[in-house]
Amino acid sequence: MLEARDLQCERGGRALFRNLSFSAKGGELLRVAGPNGSGKTSLLRILCGLLTPAAGEVRWHGAPIQSLKEEYARDLVYLGHAPAVKDDLTASENLDIACRLAGRAAAPESIREALRSFGVPEAPLLRRLSQGQRRRAALARLMLSAPVPLWLLDEPFSALDAQGIELLKSLVLEHLKRGGAAVFTTHQDPGLAATQVLELG
Amino acid sequence: MLAAARCIVYRDLLLAVRRRSDVMTTLLFFVIVVSLFPLGVGPEPELLRAIGPGVIWVAALLASMLGLGRLFEADHADGTLEQLALGGAPLGVVVCAKALAHWLATGLPLVLVAPLLALQYGLPAPLYAVLALSLLLGTPVLSLIGAIGAALTLGLRGGGVLLALLVLPLFVPVLVLGAGAVEMAAAGIGGQAQLLLLAAMLVAAAAFAPWAIAAALRISLE
Repeated sequence: MLEARDLQCERGGRALFRNLSFSAKGGELLRVAGPNGSGKTSLLRILCGLLTPAAGEVRWHGAPIQSLKEEYARDLVYLGHAPAVKDDLTASENLDIACRLAGRAAAPESIREALRSFGVPEAPLLRRLSQGQRRRAALARLMLSAPVPLWLLDEPFSALDAQGIELLKSLVLEHLKRGGAAVFTTHQDPGLAATQVLELG
Repeated sequence: MLAAARCIVYRDLLLAVRRRSDVMTTLLFFVIVVSLFPLGVGPEPELLRAIGPGVIWVAALLASMLGLGRLFEADHADGTLEQLALGGAPLGVVVCAKALAHWLATGLPLVLVAPLLALQYGLPAPLYAVLALSLLLGTPVLSLIGAIGAALTLGLRGGGVLLALLVLPLFVPVLVLGAGAVEMAAAGIGGQAQLLLLAAMLVAAAAFAPWAIAAALRISLE
């Protein structure tokens, strides 16, 4: 499904990685590992099309992602470093809007359900919640993104407690079982059996 | 695509309601600046009538500059801008919706309150409608052009000052036409020509600015 060919990334005049090639089929999990500043986030941003690689290309079902544009965007979920939630909205408003903007409106019951399983209170504004709870509110999006074939997760396990990590792991495993592919970055091994490990830097 | 645009307008207006202080600062700034001039130049009716349209237009222009820096800044900081860029809708549509929401929250209140403020300048009654109409056509252009500057200066240090330097010169034609429409109407010639030109500028800005904003945002996001 996802294929990267000879990717090269330069930040600030320095090459972070070059000639990076890999592919991920349905049901495969790719872990991107490496120390800080080794280009994990940049690689993920290249994979989702936010960053143009200095050389090489990313293909989705055989077609370059630049030519697919929104079609590709609809096939992926990207969870970046920043949680992408608004502090002045409640958790359910955040989730509802995020789903509608991604073109997959979710029913109020499934939003409530997702927030309940992540243990995030619905009613208060997010600014009144803790950092970890905000992170959970952001991750609850994954639960409503079940039919999306590609998940790109940047440091999904940061700021999560043990129970949150377990919940996220089970979500990712379910996604793989459904035949989806996932790429995630981390510097510690979270104990999730990855099909491939890309070591950067 | 339209559903996404509606959703963004709804979200931004909801955020504006939750953070009323941001919207109120723009409006209060406008009210105070317009009210300072009669106090400063004295109660000469002739003089006030002459400077009224220009002062109101300059104040509206500066007031709409105030909120521009925040247009993409907050979305950029919390990561929602990346999500918008990766959403199912083209970025051009997204930024169009954001500019519309920004105008509804900060531009429209100026249009509504301007005729009331014009009372301080003793403008003749028929001019209030011309003034409001010129602002109604002109302030969306300010929002659209301003959004290009906001997208270009996104994430830069001292972006606010740079934004003003970039955008204010581009606001000049809008100011000349807007204030000119009211002055022509006051002179009894009628401001139709200026109003039509303003409307043409609005159409042109609505057609071309979204592409420029989207391109600038893509550069800032890299």
